[in-house]
Amino acid sequence: MKNEIIEILDLKRNFSVGIETVQALKGVSFTVSEGEFITIMGASGSGKSTLLNILGALDRPTEGNYVLDGTNVGTLSKDQLAGIRNQKIGFVFQSFNLLARTSALENVELPLMYNSSVSPRKRKNLAEKALETVGLADRMDHAPNQLSGGQQQRVAIARALVNDPVMVLADEATGNLDSKTTMDIMALFQDLNRQGKTIVFVTHEHEIAEYSNRTIVLRDGEIVKDHANLGRRAVLD
Amino acid sequence: MVKTRGLASLQKKNPTTHRHMTVLNLSKIAVKAMGRNKMRTFLTMLGIIIGVTSVITMLAIGEGSKESIQEQISSMGANMLMVHPGSDERGGVRMDRSSMQSLTLDDIEAISRYATHVSALSPMVSSGGQVIAGANNWPTTIQGVGKDFLEIRKMEVSEGVMFTDYEVKRAGKVCLLGQTVVENLFPDIESAVGQTVRFKNIPFKVIGVLASKGQNTFGQDQDDVILAPYTTIQKRIMAITHIQSVFASAENEMVSEQAEEEITLALRASHDLDDDEEDDFNVRSQQELIKTFSSTSEMLTLLLGAIAGISLLVGGIGIMNIMFVSVTERTREIGLRMAVGGRGRDILSQFLMEAVIVSVGGGLIGISLGLILAYGMGNLLVWPVVVTNQSIMLSFLVCAVVGIFFGWYPARKAAGLDPIEALRYE
Repeated sequence: MKNEIIEILDLKRNFSVGIETVQALKGVSFTVSEGEFITIMGASGSGKSTLLNILGALDRPTEGNYVLDGTNVGTLSKDQLAGIRNQKIGFVFQSFNLLARTSALENVELPLMYNSSVSPRKRKNLAEKALETVGLADRMDHAPNQLSGGQQQRVAIARALVNDPVMVLADEATGNLDSKTTMDIMALFQDLNRQGKTIVFVTHEHEIAEYSNRTIVLRDGEIVKDHANLGRRAVLD
Repeated sequence: MVKTRGLASLQKKNPTTHRHMTVLNLSKIAVKAMGRNKMRTFLTMLGIIIGVTSVITMLAIGEGSKESIQEQISSMGANMLMVHPGSDERGGVRMDRSSMQSLTLDDIEAISRYATHVSALSPMVSSGGQVIAGANNWPTTIQGVGKDFLEIRKMEVSEGVMFTDYEVKRAGKVCLLGQTVVENLFPDIESAVGQTVRFKNIPFKVIGVLASKGQNTFGQDQDDVILAPYTTIQKRIMAITHIQSVFASAENEMVSEQAEEEITLALRASHDLDDDEEDDFNVRSQQELIKTFSSTSEMLTLLLGAIAGISLLVGGIGIMNIMFVSVTERTREIGLRMAVGGRGRDILSQFLMEAVIVSVGGGLIGISLGLILAYGMGNLLVWPVVVTNQSIMLSFLVCAVVGIFFGWYPARKAAGLDPIEALRYE
């Protein structure tokens, strides 16, 4: 009934450190359906970042399957991974990662620059629409240093939305923000989720998890908890 | 956002195969990235600008001096050929060439008959001494020549007329004076034509004055001369029957070598030389002289070009240097570009493009500056400068190659970055 966007089956990722092999992920399985807002939690060293990299098609699993929107990402080449990142995933980073001395509009256009099937006019239209969605219609020509932290993160979210991805992947996206702004940004994520966006939010903060409707907790490379959040905090209400 | 899914997902059916960066997008990305740090871009360009400017200017100076030397030599008659008797020895004593009597009027006859590429021909005998006019006298050289001599030496008569074959035939006591001689003998008289000068007690009637030619390439005053029929000099002054040298003109510069060969053959036949005997005369052409001098100035051009080329190379290394710093400094930017879909080759192309834009842009500015500098110097210092199309094409090409060559390695480094580590780079 529900469209499954992510199917992860027995995912393993090993790293060689000298002669030793470190198992960062020891067989992780879960699925994410379209329209879910899930948080992945865990302390540092839990394999959370490794999972994030694989989910974001930045890294490939050693073993196991990762199917994103019908594509088995684990078997793709480097260039094909770039294609997946370009068209199916929207990243939001902790440190915003906006290009300095570049207007908000151009920052948001960036992912579309790497997609030659989008014309310059369409690129501008989509970027403007994305900025309107995050409430920055009046800040399009501002450079990052003319924007507050919250506004910068909104630009980054707009950039993540501009290619209409199947999943928005946020990595500690509120880690650099104060609590008031954190609440605003989480409200924006909830709003986007309500409009149908699938959101995967990686964090180590418990409060953040409360905004989502499902939480996966990792410890030592394994899932120790996977539960729905019944007491979901609705910021906008 | 949900509503827009339908159309967008159509394009996304096969996201991995339908993507290729257009050159236009790439240039935009590169130009925008460079625009974000204008100062750095300019400083990187500066090395190339200075390099290209010096290449253009140096080559212009080298080329200019080459052409001015060629022009000076050509002004003495570019197709001119000279025949001198070879040196000889008599009883172990080597003889001065001018005392040789091996060239005769028969040789002139032989050359005019066999050398088909020779258009003008004149014998020459010369004698030095005092020339006297009234109370003034002046030491000079009187040259006995044929009437074609003016054409061969590219000389002109500014006043009066040249003597004719009739004067040559009857050994007429007529002469033409060079400007220097006129100034020294007739400082107060308006026209020397019609006056009489005495040389070795023989009176000559002045029938013409030669147009001034100034100094030649070797600093000799070409106006310090008197021309008279060679017969007059032979019979009345030197009492000889041989001639000292032969001046000839090839039809044009292209056949100068053939004419030289024909003269050699004609003279060998006329002198009855066997195949194993060496020439007892020398044929020299202006073309040889031009070649000698050109090779000197070509060396100069090469040297100047090499020095300028080194500065261009240094400029290129400057590009590589700054590109490396730039790649390190922009590691997070590279990580981000990769995260939003930039492939390794997109990143490589972007940095390569930046390097090429810097070097070619610097090259264009350098060419303009070089042109301004070269012509400015030419006008202000009255230096001969010649900017050739080749030097412009060459420096432009070198710039593009420098950009690709020195941009490649840093660009490879950028493209090879791991996006995960690049994103975390502090």
